[in-house]
Amino acid sequence: MSEPFLNAAGMRGGYGSADILHGCNLSVDKGRIAVIVGPNGAGKSTAMKAVFGMLPLREGRVTLGGRDITALSPQARVAAGMGFVPQTHNIFPSMTVEENLEMGGFLRRDDIRPTIEQVYDLFPILRDKRYQAAGELSGGQRQQVAVGRALMTKPQLLMLDEPTAGVSPIVMDELFDRIIEVARTGISILMVEQNARQALEIADTGFVLVQGANRFTDTGAALLADSHVRQSFLGG
Amino acid sequence: MDLLNALVALTNFVIVPATAYGAQLALGALGVTLTVAVLRFTNVAHGDTMAFGTMVTILATWGLQSIGITGGPVPTALIALPAGIAATAALLLATDRLVYRFYRQQRASSAILLIVSIGVMFVMNGLVRFIIGVDDQRFDDGARFLVSARDFKAWSGLDEGLAIKTSQGITVLTAAVVMAALFWFLNRTRTGKSMRAFADNRDLALLSGIDPERVVAITWILVAALATIAGTLYGLDKSFKPFTYFQLLLPIFAAAIVGGLGSPVGAIVGGFIVAFSEVGLTYAWKKVFSYLLPMGLAPDGLAQLLGTEYKNAVSFLILVLVLLIKPTGLFKGTST
Repeated sequence: MSEPFLNAAGMRGGYGSADILHGCNLSVDKGRIAVIVGPNGAGKSTAMKAVFGMLPLREGRVTLGGRDITALSPQARVAAGMGFVPQTHNIFPSMTVEENLEMGGFLRRDDIRPTIEQVYDLFPILRDKRYQAAGELSGGQRQQVAVGRALMTKPQLLMLDEPTAGVSPIVMDELFDRIIEVARTGISILMVEQNARQALEIADTGFVLVQGANRFTDTGAALLADSHVRQSFLGG
Repeated sequence: MDLLNALVALTNFVIVPATAYGAQLALGALGVTLTVAVLRFTNVAHGDTMAFGTMVTILATWGLQSIGITGGPVPTALIALPAGIAATAALLLATDRLVYRFYRQQRASSAILLIVSIGVMFVMNGLVRFIIGVDDQRFDDGARFLVSARDFKAWSGLDEGLAIKTSQGITVLTAAVVMAALFWFLNRTRTGKSMRAFADNRDLALLSGIDPERVVAITWILVAALATIAGTLYGLDKSFKPFTYFQLLLPIFAAAIVGGLGSPVGAIVGGFIVAFSEVGLTYAWKKVFSYLLPMGLAPDGLAQLLGTEYKNAVSFLILVLVLLIKPTGLFKGTST
């Protein structure tokens, strides 16, 4: 079996002397959606930060498209094809929507207009609000700006840290639809989600983390069908 | 006729000087506000940065004059400005390398950086006094007036004269050009936008591949240019004295805070608010009133609300009022 597009294996590490991750494995295939779920404090966001290089690892390695990127800084990982959407503070609030996208493509030296158009095609509301300050938009629209900004580097892997935190259920469904559309263009998605049930419904792979380690790993549908997972993590 | 005379007197004694002074304060406040927005601290050394830039410009002016180059009707100092800006930029970049960078790497709080800038202020202050001395220096040459009071009276037939100094005209013109260029830079260029992005959300800017050291360096160069231009225009309009430039810090801070720290538009509006308040409150309105009011109702006193020696108190008053009523300023700056 060939190696997954993103493969993070045996990650151990934490911010201080105590480890938060205790041998955590995450992987995503090309154009697939992987979702990390689990109880509060399970280390979901920490695991994603470790994949992005924002957490020093004591053990384990991360490969992207077969290339070992374990030693790269977050900035270098962006250049290597990763896009990251933080949970909060993920836009430039006083700048316009279009300027946010331009800043997302700051590293690129080629023409970024076509990519901006693609983002507008994906999120049509952003085209209408292109000259408005991003900080004045609604929560759901801001998340679209944040995702659009991360898409500007044309990443092969898009990582989303709780993209639906604090938005209404209707907006959440719409965001998930958009994320599926992004995955259809061949971009792999790795995301952390609080809304575990809805997220697993769109997931090709689900990782249930508990105390910094994998408890269950399976397809989204299989996890939803598993009575253990349902009772312990999805509220019955 | 009396109405016209009142209007001319008002223009001559309040509107013209306050507009020129306001433009100088606005340029100074723009420098302060850029430091707050991008570097996240209040730079107390800004007044002395202005003094340093003006000093180099004066020395370069004297140098040009000694080899026979002058600006004709325009002050020679304008030709010497680039030298002043370059030297000040070099000084600020060196200061950043020696002092501020260390604290930035420590992720020091803005309060610590403010205190650090007090130390920088003392050093710059000493440097300026050591090189050019503490005395008053006048360095304006060229034509003295754009419009002289006598010519105006002869032309209009009014009792009141209107005088506009060359330095006042140049101040307003230069300030307008500099402000337009700054806004064009911040809103239209890639580098300017990356500065705004860095000011807006530092972590996300890093994530987007914006080089923080480059943004910091460009900010210091802009601050050097703004401070030198503001200082030189002020010196041409009044005179250059190191201590006066240190004192300018107060109205400049008041202007930046009234407008909202970190907001460039706010800095400009704030500059004019402070200037007009200062000039308006310390002007003796007797003359204007005696033209406007019917005979006998004219005030006996000078109708001056504050003596000119209290003009600094006006800045304090504005500062206190703003911080009490609207700490974020008119244009929603940061409240720290």
